[in-house]
Amino acid sequence: MSLLRKEHSVLPGFGLSLGFTLAYLGLIVLVPLSAAFLKTAGMSWDEFVAAVASPRVMAAYRLSFFASLAAATVNACFGLIVAWVLVRYTFPGKRIVDALVDLPFALPTAVAGIALTAIYAKNGWLGQWLEPHGVKVAFTEIGVFVALTFVGLPFVVRTLQPVLEELEPEIEEASASLGANRWQTISRVLLPELFPALLTGFALSFARALGEYGSVVFISGNMPMRTEIVPLLIITKLEQYDYRGATAIAVVMLTASFALLLLINLLQKWSRRHHRV
Amino acid sequence: MKLKTLSLALLALLTAGLASAKSIELLNVSYDPTRELYVDFNKAFAAHWKAKTGDTVTIKQSHGGSGKQARSVIDGLPADVVTLGLAGDVEALYDVAKLIPRDWQKRLPNNSSPYTSTIVLLVRKGNPKGIKDWDDLVKPGVDVITPNPKTSGGARWNYLAAWEYGRRKYGNDQKAKEFVRKLYKNVPVLDSGARGSTTTFVQRGIGDVFISWENEAFYAIKELGADKFEIVVPSLSILAEPPVTVVDKVAKKKGTEAVAKAYLEYLYSDEGQDIAGRNFYRPTAPAAVAKYAKQFPAVELFPFDKAFGNWTNVQKIHFADGGTFDQIYLGR
Amino acid sequence: MAAAVTSSLPAVRPPSGAPLRATHDPRWVRWTLTGLALVFLAFFLVLPLAAVFGEALRKGAGAYFAAFKDADALASVKLTLIAALVSVPSNVVFGVAAAWCIAKYSFRGKSLLITLIDLPFAVSPVISGLIYVLVFGAQGWFGPWLIEHDYKIIFAVPGIVLATTFVTFPFVARELIPLMQAQGSEEEYAAITLGANGWQTFWRVTLPNIKWGLLYGVILCNARAMGEFGAVSVVSGHIRGETNTMPLHVEILYNEYNFVGAFAVASLLALLALVTLVLKSIVEWRHAQARAV
Repeated sequence: MSLLRKEHSVLPGFGLSLGFTLAYLGLIVLVPLSAAFLKTAGMSWDEFVAAVASPRVMAAYRLSFFASLAAATVNACFGLIVAWVLVRYTFPGKRIVDALVDLPFALPTAVAGIALTAIYAKNGWLGQWLEPHGVKVAFTEIGVFVALTFVGLPFVVRTLQPVLEELEPEIEEASASLGANRWQTISRVLLPELFPALLTGFALSFARALGEYGSVVFISGNMPMRTEIVPLLIITKLEQYDYRGATAIAVVMLTASFALLLLINLLQKWSRRHHRV
Repeated sequence: MKLKTLSLALLALLTAGLASAKSIELLNVSYDPTRELYVDFNKAFAAHWKAKTGDTVTIKQSHGGSGKQARSVIDGLPADVVTLGLAGDVEALYDVAKLIPRDWQKRLPNNSSPYTSTIVLLVRKGNPKGIKDWDDLVKPGVDVITPNPKTSGGARWNYLAAWEYGRRKYGNDQKAKEFVRKLYKNVPVLDSGARGSTTTFVQRGIGDVFISWENEAFYAIKELGADKFEIVVPSLSILAEPPVTVVDKVAKKKGTEAVAKAYLEYLYSDEGQDIAGRNFYRPTAPAAVAKYAKQFPAVELFPFDKAFGNWTNVQKIHFADGGTFDQIYLGR
Repeated sequence: MAAAVTSSLPAVRPPSGAPLRATHDPRWVRWTLTGLALVFLAFFLVLPLAAVFGEALRKGAGAYFAAFKDADALASVKLTLIAALVSVPSNVVFGVAAAWCIAKYSFRGKSLLITLIDLPFAVSPVISGLIYVLVFGAQGWFGPWLIEHDYKIIFAVPGIVLATTFVTFPFVARELIPLMQAQGSEEEYAAITLGANGWQTFWRVTLPNIKWGLLYGVILCNARAMGEFGAVSVVSGHIRGETNTMPLHVEILYNEYNFVGAFAVASLLALLALVTLVLKSIVEWRHAQARAV
């Protein structure tokens, strides 16, 4: 028994709260998820590989990965700017803008998909201006990217905001009084301080984008080898009553999500420690 | 003691009520385009059943992609009857879950299809690209809209109709595949269902020609504007037979076998056939065929089984992973 | 995220004498950045929102309100509310319990536990639905038993509630864990030392401290619960007037070429989301006030 444990054991309710947490987690999340793993356990290795590594699936992994990466990158850049503006500056309507950032959490993904398609299709609000200039958004990889940017948007802003707020102005003042100009203060003092949170936001937005389905299927065009995302392939396999093939791909995605999230949590731990120094 | 007598009395009252006029609920699990058809038909059947037996029957509807619907029934959606887009999906109820007997398709006339349909081409008004037949769909510069045959039942009929046309015109399966490959080269969007494709073609203004169920093409023109689209009938098309069946295991458990059977048989009655014709499905009974002859264009229809045998094979050769559809996209 | 509540506080002015140039951005930088942020948000947030309302109102208010008179539409609203009413409270109880044990004690495997709690966040909605089919479906683990005993889970309300609960699982816990970690346990120790028991400590000390964060979590959880599409679509069975939630009803209307109706119901969902966000803003504002006192 470490000192820490003893110190904390003054508070009652550890057994109750942990017990309930584990039971609820088990019932709602772990047991159903294990069903997916057990379903694939019945497959031979060759079957499994054939299901999860066929060229069509590989193309879908590539699309899901790169489109999510691009979306998360854009969200990281603009999310940083949005968070900075929301924390540091004042302008009329700031509160409304701040509230709007959570919209992608709340709007049903299918509605977002239909709305985005209506905007970017050939005869849509923006599409009619873009297509004559050779920019096709709907039914291309760019459409997938736009939808994924939408769903991942709140993450970077919401992870950066608290960190930005807690940054002591003294740090900037110290940096300035030591003779740094504004740019040096930002690049050498502020950015390193924000980096862990930025990375966390990036990773969360990336993880969310990888699994997204509802908004993408409307705007992607679903062309095999080109604009087909991984979750759509799971659906496709189910349509052929291929439950095992579907769960095999699901297991690959689940493992990837879990690894990503573990990484995020370690990052957050690191970020907290880093931040306290 | 008192409680017991009371509950007994209640029970007696209830059973008495049940005996005089039952209230029955049926669930009809169907595919996407039939929702308007069954809204009409359910009303007619409920009236018919009430007049005949005095019982009130309410029919719940569930619609979605044909394959997805079959899968839901396999996974436990308690459908008394299924009315799906192709026999292959109904077959799965036997193959995967043994919910129906093997010979299900022989239980009702016309391979258990009370109405049929076919595949036609929907083009924009005035037919600006001059589309007349399947051949025109493979020309460069023609954008073709059709859903993904892996996720849409209707799209499988499209695929097979094009395949058979290619095979007859060019002589063999290899050349038919080449024909279909060229056709899909012209497809810019593969929606997951027939209705999604209609929206792409109609609302988004994408594509020059839309390969569609005949009933869907009529319905789209009726709903979305006769001044915008017209139907082109190809020289050859497939006789699409959407089959119906009672889901025996479910109906037996719910005690609805008789009314479920009567429900499907009523589709073959004069009124049922008339409703099918009104909703742009081709009736099968001679009287209704004659009545709606003018509505449907004459087209040479080939039956599915003569050209392709059975769905299990078709699924394996064309639509399963690694089948011809995958091959044309993998460039093999 | 919880600490975001101070976002509306004005930026702290540097004490006089500090070199203003190095801690504050020049006006052109401020304007450029604000402009960039607003343009980005306009394209990715405001435009889709405007499209929803624009399409819904295209044929006038009459057509708009007609969409809500349909019995099936009302049934879908009811089902959506039921799903949210069951899943949100259960996730609140879970979230509080999880945050309590994670923030107040140290134990092995905590990182793993947090990651598992986060997992539903990153699981594709398609998979979230599929796993319940594998467990409760007729071909699944408990399906045959359930059918024999006439219990309905998937393709009925319980399945929809379960899928919704899964999808919104992390929201409250994720909100409370960092908040309670940051607050520490000193006040609880004091209460215990003064003779309060566990429940008293929780109700009188902990709960007042976390109430704003909790409310924020509830609001986000609720918004997501009402809007979930993918997972619910897999377990619903799409029985009209019975197992269709609002997002599913949107899809149905859209597939019936009733575009105005589809966007009208969608706009109701968007409106619910907006109300939620405004509520959240008020919560944050009051929280900031409470903090300032």
